[in-house]
Amino acid sequence: MDVTHLSPDEVIFWESGFVKLNATIVFTWVVMAVMILTSWLVTRRLSTSSDVPKAQNMLEVVVEFLRGEIAEVSGGDKPDSYLPFVGTLFLFIAGASLFSIVPGYVAPTASLSTTAAMAGAVFLAVPIYAIVCQGPRTFLRRYVEPSPVMLPFTVLGDISRSFALAVRLFGNMMSSAKIAAILVVVIPFVFPIVFQALGLLIGMIQAYIFAVLAMVYIASGMTVTETSEASADRTKHRERSAH
Amino acid sequence: MDAQTIIALGSVITAGLTVAIGASAAAIGEARALDRGLASLAQQPDEAGGITRTLFVGLAFIESSGIYCFVISLILIFANPFVDLLAGG
Repeated sequence: MDVTHLSPDEVIFWESGFVKLNATIVFTWVVMAVMILTSWLVTRRLSTSSDVPKAQNMLEVVVEFLRGEIAEVSGGDKPDSYLPFVGTLFLFIAGASLFSIVPGYVAPTASLSTTAAMAGAVFLAVPIYAIVCQGPRTFLRRYVEPSPVMLPFTVLGDISRSFALAVRLFGNMMSSAKIAAILVVVIPFVFPIVFQALGLLIGMIQAYIFAVLAMVYIASGMTVTETSEASADRTKHRERSAH
Repeated sequence: MDAQTIIALGSVITAGLTVAIGASAAAIGEARALDRGLASLAQQPDEAGGITRTLFVGLAFIESSGIYCFVISLILIFANPFVDLLAGG
């Protein structure tokens, strides 16, 4: 990707009629393949003894960190039901931005199509988690809850926050890729490395923010409507899990 | 000056102004949030986890206004809809 391309969507590797393979798709596949291969290789020989392989130790640190964050944001109960979704978002965004140390690679998250797809997944996950956990009535009541006048604003808020989620990640990842491309043209020595390092830091922070915001949205779809019955249920559950 | 030149001129100047004003306003907002966050961290180091997480999420929200400005300036430069409108009509 050079300065004139707005996003990796415009870099086309292979084209045959209707089917196009652009840089976004190819690099998404590369990230997926490397991450799947790594986790398969690491989890092939898991050990519970005191002699833990280095790679397993590293992945355990990541999973423990994610579980801790999810538990704190969602209010302390069962992080494991959110871990597959929120954890995947975090790992994919973090992996996609970590790979930018490889020359010629452009983060697939620097394309609005990727981030819009992930924000759409979060948009769908909010009602799905809420309906599975609390039933459709409790979920729908949130929209008319102090008064039905608020209905259009709540719906508008749901849509605009998903839009913000997509644009925030796209803007951050694309701007760091673009700054690197411009600096290589203007000052090709040493200086771009500093900005690449800054880009790596920004990528990690954005991955964290995306995952935490997804978790906050999912949690807000459930806890706002919490009835006294549900909270009593949860206290019971917590007491049970404490024993 | 034909219409194409006027559109290009207006787009470039507006894009620069959008990023300049948008970025400085967002930077002031983020600096104020970070100021309070650091003060709270110094007062209550025990609550570091909660404060840091809330600070990051809040900064993300503040930053999105700056990023909207950045995206609008990019649209003006790279994908200006009025250029196509002129070429089509």
